[in-house]
Amino acid sequence: MKRFLRPVPTLAVIALLAVLWEAASHWFGVPDYILPSLDSIFSTMADQWSGTLASATWVTTEEVLLGFALAIAVAAGLAVILHSSRILRNACYPLLIGSQAVPIVVIAPVLTIIFGFTITPKLVVVALVCFFPVVVNAVDGLAAVDPELLRVMRTLDGGRWAAFRRVEAPAALPSLFTGLRVAATYAPIGAVFGEFAGSQNGLGYLMLQATPQLETPLVFAAIFILTAEAIVLFVAVTMLERLCCPWAREGKQ
Amino acid sequence: MSLSAASGTAGDGAGLRVRGVTKRFGSTVAVSGIDLAVPQHSRVAIVGPSGCGKSTLLNMICGLDEPSEGTISVLGASSPAERLARCAWMPQRDLLLPWRDVLGNAALALENRGLRAAEARRQVAPLVARFGLAGFEDKRPAQLSGGMRQRVSFLRTLVAGKEVLLLDEPFGALDSITRADLQQWLRSALDTEPRTVLLVTHDVEEALLLGRRVVVMSPRPGQIAATFDVDAAVAEGSRRDALRRPEFTALRDEVLAVLEAGLAGAGDSSAPARQAEAARSAEAGA
Repeated sequence: MKRFLRPVPTLAVIALLAVLWEAASHWFGVPDYILPSLDSIFSTMADQWSGTLASATWVTTEEVLLGFALAIAVAAGLAVILHSSRILRNACYPLLIGSQAVPIVVIAPVLTIIFGFTITPKLVVVALVCFFPVVVNAVDGLAAVDPELLRVMRTLDGGRWAAFRRVEAPAALPSLFTGLRVAATYAPIGAVFGEFAGSQNGLGYLMLQATPQLETPLVFAAIFILTAEAIVLFVAVTMLERLCCPWAREGKQ
Repeated sequence: MSLSAASGTAGDGAGLRVRGVTKRFGSTVAVSGIDLAVPQHSRVAIVGPSGCGKSTLLNMICGLDEPSEGTISVLGASSPAERLARCAWMPQRDLLLPWRDVLGNAALALENRGLRAAEARRQVAPLVARFGLAGFEDKRPAQLSGGMRQRVSFLRTLVAGKEVLLLDEPFGALDSITRADLQQWLRSALDTEPRTVLLVTHDVEEALLLGRRVVVMSPRPGQIAATFDVDAAVAEGSRRDALRRPEFTALRDEVLAVLEAGLAGAGDSSAPARQAEAARSAEAGA
């Protein structure tokens, strides 16, 4: 019962915001091209779904998922490499943090020049946005393993590989998932950046087309879909985390 | 599987021998000039105040750390790798892997030796009941009581099948009732499966109940202040049985006196450490 009631406050706040939104657009005279009413956004979503929104959503979703997967693969590999050698870690960690100072928005057009109007530059942008929180959290998680546990492993005939596989990797999993959850919310942003820099379809492309024509309801429809995508990805990662490390939640109780 | 360990080979090198061991961390001397021997299949308990270097000594014996001076030999072997292969170490905290269930934790050493997880679990399963853990095979550490976790930790240590057991305050984190229960249990477990045991504790009664010999250490730098032999008959039975015997309480008071003298002398660094070799054998029921 308590579990069932938990989302109620959140839903109440959402309902309140929706009412304020409708009030602003319907009764306070905010013009439709600045703040379209919710019902016009949803009717646009329904009308244009099969024509444009569906294929745009699919294109963007593909970019988000593949880019996210690419980020996880690169970040996990990099984390293991950085963890395995102190010298490499000292050499690369500052560069890694420095890489975040480079604005991705600026990189996106360059990637489009390199890879052309394909899906590749979008994947790279999504991966660039996502990999940082994943790699940092994974490296921190690997480094935070109780050193006494590793000593116990040595007395139990565990070598370097056994220690990594049976102690360090599982211990770092919750931390890795923390990074993945942050990255999940970034991924759709990365895809839109990628599409802004040059594309032929996708939600970002659609927004770029709709804006000069003041088709604001369509822009908002795209924003809503992108938001929903980020939330779904976040929830999926959280559910996967509960599946993979149920013990992490037990420990906190 | 059986818990029996590979028995030692060389007759004279059997057991555990520590000669003139000193450990320094920077300018701090943790332990100084320790001489200690544990005959094969015997049990020796070290008592001392916290910070006297008991844990440091165990870490060195099992090969995780090296002494600054002196030699350690375990069943005739003195290199760190060989010591690691011969010693099982049970740390003060249970240090179970929170993502593994009871069987998975207990079977860790077998998996590390290359057994597949399912096979390792199958081999460990019959032992679980003997450790009072029946029905908890697939529970994770967070779902167990402190006493149970400690038992799983001990099972994991035994499953490693090493000849020498180094126990670092195995019951330190437990309440006194659970602790008394586990002491009794450990003693009967070791009576049926004799091992060469070196146990560290700050509880004098625990030391007398579990050790055939009790070594008292003085604090900073850790040195051996006295050694007492405990007659099996004096420490027989439960803690309450033992406490009813005047010989037991007399021995306990004697150990405590040495401990207190060591603490009093610790403030005065010029006082020579007490090196009394007070071997004593109390007669029971005489």
